[in-house]
Amino acid sequence: MIKIDNLHKYFGRLEVLKGINTSIKEGEVVAIIGPSGSGKSTFLRCINLLEQPTEGSIWIKDQEITGKKTNISKVRTNVGMVFQHFHLFPHKTVLENLTYSPVKVKGMPKKEAEEKAMDLLRRVGLAEKAGEYPNRLSGGQKQRVAIARALAMDPEVMLFDEPTSALDPEMVKEVLEVMKSLAGTGMTMAIVTHEMGFAREVADRVLFLDGGQLVEDASPEEFFSMPKTVRAKEFLEKVL
Amino acid sequence: MNLDFSGVLPSLPYILQGIGTTLKVVVLAALLGFALGIILSLCKISSIKVLNWIADFYTSIFRGTPLVLQLMLIYFGSPQVFGIQIEPFTAAFLSFGLNSAAYISEIIRAGILAVDKGQKEAAMALGVPYRKMMMDIILPQAMKNILPAIMNEMITLTKESAVVTIIGLNDIMRRAYIVGGQSYRFFEPIMLAGLIYYVLVMILTIVGKLVERRMRRSD
Ligand SMILES: Nc1ncnc2c1ncn2[C@@H]1O[C@H](COP(=O)(O)OP(=O)(O)OP(=O)(O)O)[C@@H](O)[C@H]1O
Ligand SMILES: [Mg+2]
Repeated sequence: MIKIDNLHKYFGRLEVLKGINTSIKEGEVVAIIGPSGSGKSTFLRCINLLEQPTEGSIWIKDQEITGKKTNISKVRTNVGMVFQHFHLFPHKTVLENLTYSPVKVKGMPKKEAEEKAMDLLRRVGLAEKAGEYPNRLSGGQKQRVAIARALAMDPEVMLFDEPTSALDPEMVKEVLEVMKSLAGTGMTMAIVTHEMGFAREVADRVLFLDGGQLVEDASPEEFFSMPKTVRAKEFLEKVL
Repeated sequence: MNLDFSGVLPSLPYILQGIGTTLKVVVLAALLGFALGIILSLCKISSIKVLNWIADFYTSIFRGTPLVLQLMLIYFGSPQVFGIQIEPFTAAFLSFGLNSAAYISEIIRAGILAVDKGQKEAAMALGVPYRKMMMDIILPQAMKNILPAIMNEMITLTKESAVVTIIGLNDIMRRAYIVGGQSYRFFEPIMLAGLIYYVLVMILTIVGKLVERRMRRSD
């Protein structure tokens, strides 16, 4: 599904990603963990071209998205992203947040987009909030809407950048539940997270980044019970 | 002090007729200023350097010279530059519109930059192309924040429009001045004109407050 080959990213002189090689299979759920500043967000953002890789290539299905002729907008409609701080459109209602890009980008008829949006809102348990403005929602509700908004574009891949880090503790669970059920539908997911329990339970694989390098690539059982590298051991000692 | 408004009362309708002229100039200038202001502000935040330069240069020219000079330049200069004498009305709304665009573009630029960076990222992540992102996501949010500043600009425009008197356009100010000249009593008609401007500005202020309240619906 996704193949990443020798991915380098520089910000000016600073090398943030130092040659990452990995691939993500269709339907796989990958947890990306690592210390702050290790390049997790940057890595994720390269996959939907919010950051332009400096070197290396990324393939989604059979298409090289890092090629010169890529239609960036097309790539992004196929790769959904959920941010730490939700970034819902505050001047649009919940329903409008979900229908905006299907209608404006994909040209979906409004009625069809609304029906689909309502389906998705039911799936995340927020159908009754369709007419509300985002500012009236709690953090957990906002994030569930943000997930539904990304899903409204029918992406084949979903990226999550610390989706629960900005939430009050009592709201973390409802968001993780939604993600878990999404994983159950066979969605291909890459999740940057500090929720080790969730990574362990839901992820098929764990990628451990440190200093811009992919230090470990293992199953959750392996990674959490017997990490191979010192860096991963030290990291886990700190967070667990 | 001897004040006698009874003398100007017969001329009241004549002065009031100037409201139409003033409003037409202001509305057209506002529309022109707004449309051009948006374009200039987009040039200012563009990553294309030439566009930055052009927009900044434009702004510095219109902010760096008196409005009345711009008005005279356009009105009295038009036969030389364009080979035709344009109407006072055209000269008025053109110069005010072009001038307003400079100020409005600065206001909008600041408003766009104040919108949370995450909004742009979210739109981009959904595949929304630049133009639609600006029109549907960024500008509406920017507008909400800058509405008070835009209202201020509209109020300034309404009051400053009185300088069109100088090129002979029969607005409120000029009519008051003419009435004064005919009766040799300037104080009363000009006071009256002042009152009319004041009421117009008050109406604008109230309309601005209403629009603002409507836009705060989503808070
Ligand atoms: N736009 C940018 N310009 C310059 N430097 C950047 C930019 N974005 C990120 N960086 C730098 O790149 C490095 C990696 O950042 P990144 O956000 O990918 O880390 P992260 O692993 O997601 O960290 P965190 O857990 O704190 O979110 C950091 O040193 C950061 O300062
Ligand atoms: Mg990060």
